[in-house]
Amino acid sequence: MEIILFELALTFYFTATIVSIMELFKGTKTTSKIMLSLSIIGFALHTSNIIARYVISGHIPIANLHEASSFFSWCIVMLFFFLEYRYRLGLLGSFIMPVVFVLMLSSSMLPRKIEPLSPVLQSYWLGIHTVLAFVGDAAFAMAFGVGIMYLIQEHYVKSKRLGGLFQRLPSLQMLDEVNYRLITIGFPLLTLAIITGALWAESAWGSYWRWDPKEVWSLITWFIYALVLHVRLTAGWRGKRAAILSIIGFCAVLFTFFGVNLLLKGLHSFK
Amino acid sequence: MKIVVIGLNHKTADIELREKLAFNGPRLEEGLLKIREIPGIRESVIISTCNRVEMYLNANDSGKAYESIKDFLAGFFDIQRESLDTALYVYDEMKAVKHIFRVASSLDSMVVGEPQILGQLKEAFEAALGKKTTGVLLNRLLKKSISVAKRVRTETRIAENAVSISFAAVELAKKIFTDLSGKSFMLLGAGEMAELAAKHIISNGVRDIVVANRTYERGRELAKEFNGRAVKFEDFLHEMVHSDILICSTGAQNYVLLKNQMQKVMKERKNKPVFIIDISVPRNIDPEINDLNNVYLYDVDDLQGVVDTNILERQKEAKKAEDIIEEEIETFRKWLSSLDSVPTVIALREKAESIKKEELERLINRLPDIGEKERKAIENLANSIINKLIHAPTIALKEDTEDKDMLIATIKRLYGLNGEDDVEK
Repeated sequence: MEIILFELALTFYFTATIVSIMELFKGTKTTSKIMLSLSIIGFALHTSNIIARYVISGHIPIANLHEASSFFSWCIVMLFFFLEYRYRLGLLGSFIMPVVFVLMLSSSMLPRKIEPLSPVLQSYWLGIHTVLAFVGDAAFAMAFGVGIMYLIQEHYVKSKRLGGLFQRLPSLQMLDEVNYRLITIGFPLLTLAIITGALWAESAWGSYWRWDPKEVWSLITWFIYALVLHVRLTAGWRGKRAAILSIIGFCAVLFTFFGVNLLLKGLHSFK
Repeated sequence: MKIVVIGLNHKTADIELREKLAFNGPRLEEGLLKIREIPGIRESVIISTCNRVEMYLNANDSGKAYESIKDFLAGFFDIQRESLDTALYVYDEMKAVKHIFRVASSLDSMVVGEPQILGQLKEAFEAALGKKTTGVLLNRLLKKSISVAKRVRTETRIAENAVSISFAAVELAKKIFTDLSGKSFMLLGAGEMAELAAKHIISNGVRDIVVANRTYERGRELAKEFNGRAVKFEDFLHEMVHSDILICSTGAQNYVLLKNQMQKVMKERKNKPVFIIDISVPRNIDPEINDLNNVYLYDVDDLQGVVDTNILERQKEAKKAEDIIEEEIETFRKWLSSLDSVPTVIALREKAESIKKEELERLINRLPDIGEKERKAIENLANSIINKLIHAPTIALKEDTEDKDMLIATIKRLYGLNGEDDVEK
């Protein structure tokens, strides 16, 4: 049952992605409405899938990489709806839905077995720590998409060729502001995720910090975003530079998420 | 019953003549009422804008209507009848429909795609409705024109891009800053073109307007006009720290703003974006400034380039719009021709009904003993016979065929439908 829900969600996200890419070439109000409706249906199915897994396993379903990247995508879509509702950034979906689809696709290719949680991890910290981390990462993913939009729009304005997407992309100021706001949401969440992680580690393994690869890379990510905020506030690194940094930051997020689990071994690795 | 357009526009009449023929305010209603008195004209709408004066009519004959409208205009505006000879154009039937659709969709405008015309057309229609000078034909036509124009606007990008330098500057400013209210603006120098662009920017709600001019007095005059403040020319660099938009046109022969100066300004404003429009020729601002982060510099050629691509874009979109209009003309033509056959259909049904009634009465009189049930059955039989008989010709009449006139004539003759002209009224 929950597998069918997942497949259906994936299918809807896939069609939404196709429509969102088509929208780049020839967009009308109808295409963006179709794209949004498909995403909403996908999201509803996706939510049911997560609830189903929660009911079956009895804990928040982020116990393996399949569940984790699925949950990560879910957070991104939720945040996407929020931004869409709040700011109505034109073409945002075209830059976010592909990210969601790729994450969901990777999730679908990973083993999906619902596994019992090892006793060490059975704690209320599991929910707190992971949800903080994932919502934070989702904000960074959005900042990544918005950053790319900024770079494209900035390229149009600088090169003085105002064709293509220029008319439909939001203004530079708007993109820069949203990018900044997303990072100011993501950064404290990441900070809290690292702190709660340390507390949990202390109660589970007996020490706050063990230089496990995941911890190291989270710290690197944390430093990158700290830098983004720092140079923005002190040296006025806004606009293009901020956009580039938020893209680099998201690469660190992705590596922390996938790279560490697939390439390096550590305490955070799933079975 | 014929749709006729008689009018003049910026292509056929110069501004002087257009001014003389403007139906302003109460003159419009007066004109509508005068036209109603003209024999042979059943419906009328007058649209009067600075670029066109047109009358949309439902007239019996376009040639006669043309002559009487000419008389009317000459009398109404007290001008020489001959001065209208070359200016007035006449279109009738489908050409007239096409013309009105194109006008509404802003394809016939001086600036193709300008949005005002649709509103003006709606006002003209409302004025005519108010004076009850329209009927079935023009109501349908005008409503259709408005919906065609809306369709053109949503399905093409005809009105999307700015086609003048000043508007292009505003459009760019809006893509750099979300909206211009709350932004501060500086005018450097006081060239005429700069003034025009400045007016456009200011009309979009910028706050804090600063004018820096070499002759301080002139700067103060302009500042007063814009509700801003004047500063000494030497102080402009200092002011730039707070200015988000700068329009420059000083008439200097060399650069008044260099890259290293701008770098300092950017540092002081913490890299907040700046949009600089250099309208001066020769240029007054070092073009390399555009390489700085968060600085967007456009000179006249850049803006003209934007305008040129926009015009090209509009022309491409105009082609799509013409296709839409062709499509809509076709549906309108179908409606029109169904209108012709309607009186015939009605006459046919009435003829059948009257025969049925007559025959039923005769039969009932001859059979006084039958009950209610039998009487109903006989009536039903009669009804279904006439319905089935007139079904096929009715369908044929409603169908859209080339030889419809002939078909209508044939049906009239076969069924002996005379007095059809009475039905039409």
